[in-house]
Amino acid sequence: MDDALLNLAGVVTNIGAYHILHGVDLTVRRGRVTMLLGRNGAGKTTTLRSIMGLWKPRAGSVRFDGAEIAGSETPDIARRGIAYVPETMGIFSQLTVAENMRLAATTSRFDEARLEDVFRFFPILKTKWHDRAGLMSGGQKQMLAVARAIVEERRLMIIDEPTKGLAPSVIDDLIACILEQKARGTTILLVEQNFHMARSVGDDVAVMDNGRVIHAGSMADLAGDESLQTRLLGLSLDSHQ
Amino acid sequence: MKSAIDWPPRLVLPLLLLAGLLAMNFTTWLTLSVAGVAMGMMLFLMASGLTLIFGLMDVITFAHGAFVSLGAYVATDVVARMPELAASGSWPASLSVLAAAIAVAIVVTGLAGWVFEVVIIRRVYGSHLRQILITVGGLIVAQELLVAVWGANPIPVAKPLALQGSVEILGAAIEIYRLVAVGLGLAVYGGLYLILARTRLGLMVRAGVENIEMVESLGFRVKRLFVGVFIAGCALAGVGGALWGIYQGLVTPAIGPEMMILVFIILIMGGMGSVGGAFIAAILVGLVTNYTGFLLPKLALGSNILLMVGILLWRPRGLFPLVKS
Repeated sequence: MDDALLNLAGVVTNIGAYHILHGVDLTVRRGRVTMLLGRNGAGKTTTLRSIMGLWKPRAGSVRFDGAEIAGSETPDIARRGIAYVPETMGIFSQLTVAENMRLAATTSRFDEARLEDVFRFFPILKTKWHDRAGLMSGGQKQMLAVARAIVEERRLMIIDEPTKGLAPSVIDDLIACILEQKARGTTILLVEQNFHMARSVGDDVAVMDNGRVIHAGSMADLAGDESLQTRLLGLSLDSHQ
Repeated sequence: MKSAIDWPPRLVLPLLLLAGLLAMNFTTWLTLSVAGVAMGMMLFLMASGLTLIFGLMDVITFAHGAFVSLGAYVATDVVARMPELAASGSWPASLSVLAAAIAVAIVVTGLAGWVFEVVIIRRVYGSHLRQILITVGGLIVAQELLVAVWGANPIPVAKPLALQGSVEILGAAIEIYRLVAVGLGLAVYGGLYLILARTRLGLMVRAGVENIEMVESLGFRVKRLFVGVFIAGCALAGVGGALWGIYQGLVTPAIGPEMMILVFIILIMGGMGSVGGAFIAAILVGLVTNYTGFLLPKLALGSNILLMVGILLWRPRGLFPLVKS
């Protein structure tokens, strides 16, 4: 079996007249957490959206488990077992927490054991189960966004900056949740600006700049090389917690 | 479901009913109120489809009136083909004539809506200007097609015999047909509410109204849902047209488009895309039309525009605005 679950080769994506991705090459290995790092505007979110088919790549290949998915419709891509948590969280604010979760499950009946797992990580969701999601705080909405992704077993989770603007205690809950998904063998592609989280959960790392992946390697190598961090990211991970 | 209830817009309707009661004697008030609610229900049937189409698909269609007219013509044909039942005077016979007229109107307008979505609407998703231009064109073509099939002369249609006349309730004479319209409108609203609130399909529609991209990212094929909602919206217009046509007793190609000003007032006042908002706003329009027609006849023509202006000055996004992300 191929080690790579997801493979992008030469992906070019335009948004209107703007050329955002200039040929992205990226490999996400099975059962590992791949961090996608880079400055603001480097093309990280566009890469995730291109994988999900929300913006169609103009050129290049996106292969998931060996099958070409570039050009496929978003629902067909999601149905392959890919969960996507966007930067904006994508919470349905007029729906209750329960209804948000119900939509994320393939059938109308939940896997009860799985649901209890979700509540173990995010007990507040059980308390607010029948509340309108729009009435929750930013941190609680982020928990719900991640909870929707883990309510069923997924083959790949794609998460875009889950810790943005969150309190440290919430970030710790998210780290614990992601580490458990990783331990269960779920493959994860994670965009993150919080380097504490990146180092805590990441196995592999890809650094983007100007619409391309400019470095790919192990998270441990990047974390241990301050000059590489400064060269690729313009800062040192130790000085940026 | 625990939520912060927004009370002020919910009080508008009871306050209007109370104001009407204070301004006239009870029997007049009851007669006008039932007539207003009945008119409101027929308007709601026409508006509910349009508000669903706008809310979920972000499509503004000016051709909706053509589906109302089509429903009215189809109902006329069905009633004309069942003369013995329509004239029998028994309740089951009369109700079955009405049910048949509505059922055939649903099928025909639903099919026409499907063709309209495939041929026209599908090409203009995401562009309101193109939607307006092409659906106005579509309306003109559809009206000419109606003339080609049914002719330009008005077609008379009589209510089934048992639905003619009136009954006395609390001293007020209430038209039977209006009571039937109220019952049917309530049933459709109840059905829509149940589908939207209790089913997985309704969950998808409500989520899609907020954020289509996220619904697709969860694996749902929203484009198929769009087609279904458009067909349902046109079928609802057909039901409204069938009821309105039989109520008016005379059907012309303009019977639908004439109602569209009121329908758009309802959509705007209720909050574009909100089914519950359209329900309340439709009853408000029906009541205000009847109350001002009785109390201030010179103001009747512009009363609903004034009502809309007042509500928009108070709530610029309507009584029950939708949240989109």
